[in-house]
Amino acid sequence: MKKIFVILLIVPFFSFSQSKGKTVKEDFLVSGNCIMCKSRIETATLKLKGVKYVNWNSKTSNFSIIYNSKKVTIDEVRSKIAEVGHDNGKYISTLETYDGLPDCCRYRHTGKHE
Amino acid sequence: MKNFFLFCLSFCLFNIYSQEKVKGKVVFEDSGISYPIGGSSVYWQGTKSGTISNDNGEFEIQKIESTNNLVISYIGFKTQIIQIENDQFYNVVLVYDNENELDDVTVTKRRNAIQRSYILPQNVVRISEQELLNAACCNLSESFETNPAIDVNHSDAITGTKQINMLGLKSPYILITEENVPMVRGASQTYGLGFTPGPWIESIQVTKGMGSVTNGFESIVGQINTELKKPLTDIPLLLNLFNSNNGRVELNTQVKSIVSEKISTSFFAHYNKRDQSNDKNSDGFLDKPLQSQINLINRWQYINAVKGLVSFFNIRVLDDLKKVGQIGSQYDVSKWGGRIKTNRFDSSFKLGYVNPNIPYQTIGFQLAFNIHDQDSYFGKNFYDINQKSLFSNFLYNSIIANTKNKIKVGLNYSYDAYDEFVYESDINRIDKSLASFIEYSYDNLNNLNLVLGLRYDIHNNMGSFFTPRIHLRYMLNDNLSVKGSYGQGRKIANLFTENQQLFFTNRIIQNKSFSKFLYGVNPELATNYGFSIDQKISFLGGQGNLIFDYYSTRFENKVIIDFEKFGEFNFYNSVFGESVSNSSQLEFLFSKNNWNVTAAYKIYDVKNFYKDGFKDKPLQPKNIIFFNYGFESNRVGEKFWKFNFTYNRLGKQRLMMNPRDSNLYSQPHFSINSQITRVFSNNFEVYLGGENINNFKQDNPIIMASDPYSKDFDASIIHGPIFGSTYYIGFRFKILN
Repeated sequence: MKKIFVILLIVPFFSFSQSKGKTVKEDFLVSGNCIMCKSRIETATLKLKGVKYVNWNSKTSNFSIIYNSKKVTIDEVRSKIAEVGHDNGKYISTLETYDGLPDCCRYRHTGKHE
Repeated sequence: MKNFFLFCLSFCLFNIYSQEKVKGKVVFEDSGISYPIGGSSVYWQGTKSGTISNDNGEFEIQKIESTNNLVISYIGFKTQIIQIENDQFYNVVLVYDNENELDDVTVTKRRNAIQRSYILPQNVVRISEQELLNAACCNLSESFETNPAIDVNHSDAITGTKQINMLGLKSPYILITEENVPMVRGASQTYGLGFTPGPWIESIQVTKGMGSVTNGFESIVGQINTELKKPLTDIPLLLNLFNSNNGRVELNTQVKSIVSEKISTSFFAHYNKRDQSNDKNSDGFLDKPLQSQINLINRWQYINAVKGLVSFFNIRVLDDLKKVGQIGSQYDVSKWGGRIKTNRFDSSFKLGYVNPNIPYQTIGFQLAFNIHDQDSYFGKNFYDINQKSLFSNFLYNSIIANTKNKIKVGLNYSYDAYDEFVYESDINRIDKSLASFIEYSYDNLNNLNLVLGLRYDIHNNMGSFFTPRIHLRYMLNDNLSVKGSYGQGRKIANLFTENQQLFFTNRIIQNKSFSKFLYGVNPELATNYGFSIDQKISFLGGQGNLIFDYYSTRFENKVIIDFEKFGEFNFYNSVFGESVSNSSQLEFLFSKNNWNVTAAYKIYDVKNFYKDGFKDKPLQPKNIIFFNYGFESNRVGEKFWKFNFTYNRLGKQRLMMNPRDSNLYSQPHFSINSQITRVFSNNFEVYLGGENINNFKQDNPIIMASDPYSKDFDASIIHGPIFGSTYYIGFRFKILN
């Protein structure tokens, strides 16, 4: 009987992984340089509702995301990344935001901060 | 028709553009079959102009003027750079990157070899391999001498065994694991720390306060986890020879081999020996045992980055012999002699799975089986213990909603069969427990981490019980963090094996007719809580931390080991009142360029409730002052010097009543250890060091050494070093990858 209790305690948590919406995985490039960029990009996107997992690789600039497509769109994610200062595809940060980035994160090779 | 026209138009346009585009496919090959790699990064070297390969591994990228070098990279594979010459289709084959398997970023910066985790909610200190080299000798029990988190005490005058303490409680109250499998436990409690050679160790994590529920209910004051060197990342060859002036010789050899892309193996062999008799204090007894140890381990590691599988398999055998007692007792039976013979077999298997598509879902499985067998006698006292253990753990990690909310659930089964022979009686016991646990971690990505753990055990001898644990970390600002923990732990006292100093006395057991079931005492149960405040500081161009912590352990039941009356030994449940252990520590860490300093002041208030009242725990320093200085010279080519200096002062300790000491407390004393290392090249280094250089010795460590068969003989009341200063020399020869 006690053993059944142990099993019962476990079972419900395996169902966490099955969420209701559609889970989508995507990869795209996000400009950036360092660990600070990584933390900024990941924190900003993970705070969006519906985003389950993010990882930005500073060596390859590759950004991986797993999200619930019913709660958030990839455009919202991309524009959020640009909003905190990181260009990705057609989503470009404003010069004002970019200028506010710390030195190690200045990834643009043109412009007044070269 | 219109559509067809558009199609043609786009086709033409496509063709025009394709003149300036590079196309290709990214694949990896396994057993002759090539698999496409989708999601790999393809970009022009030195630019941010790039793309990502599609699910079929295909990519196309616009040519640019500044470079012809195209970089193709994917996590877990070696980054490739290809030169684009013409408009051909490029087939890029990536190969596994075994060296930087999990390293996202490589930051090269000299760091303090002792690292405090700023991010984890637990109060964890990580001791790296580099730091371990500063205490050249020799095994896990001696690895903490350059670190203030753990106190190293001498437990008796016969075996010279070092006992470790944390928060004022000795090692049975610390969960000691090897790669998260319980290791120094039960029968191996007293001598087990001497069975892990230092050169095998990759790192040690010391957690002060409650550990995680995933590792069991036994950790009461903290956890020490040792990670051994991994076959995949280890160097191909290490040869280490050590010799000290007390006659100890050690030989360590380590080889590893990469069998295939996925499988690697390593083999470690350790041998130590002391056949020189030392009796510096002329009491007729060996100051250090005559000993020999053979210790062998074979490790296998399997890794498959594509499928997300990692597996380890270890097999290990140990043969250890210590001869103790009066000089010449090996040949002359009329003399007081002793022998401890330990054989041990360990095997463990681990499997980890990370879903490559859903990286936050992982499954882990651990299985370990070991046999520990100690046969010993000390004068007329015989003590044998045999323990067979099985440990298995199943762990599932996932998230709730997003990775800010992580959840761990698992099942644990452990089985221990003890067979003891003590004071001419046999004691057998089987412990079985089945448990499930759940741990929830929350991270607000800014300044708050919270871990809530709960565990439910069904134990054949302890009944069914919950074990709750809480950890919290809060950053008040970028430089100031506060951590707190609260939790419960419990254990069955393995009374005799944990207190083997009893056998080096002729004390009479008061309750000789003790019940054989758990020795007639109840399981121990304690609550531990505490906090730490960590302030980062920077001044004089360097960086440091100022840390204060306070921990309190309160026992609902503690098995009181009573050596209070000379010539007698007693043990009982703490029914007379609550036993407590409070400890506070102020620590200062500072590092600048090529030197660092650690200083700590610790205050202990550890009290047991004996039959005759509430008293300080005996042989526990009331305070400890610790200072360590490390220095590394500038490199000339590959050559440089390393220097390390440690000062450790033990405050007064309460002594049990005995005919030798007229004072209730011992005098404070200190010891100085130092080591200097000359690195001649990346392959070869020589080190020279001294322990207890100031040559402090406790007077008359053995009471009634002249007549060891008399009732007053007692070698258990030890508050300081017996041996005086020791010097050693050693070298390391390495072949790097």
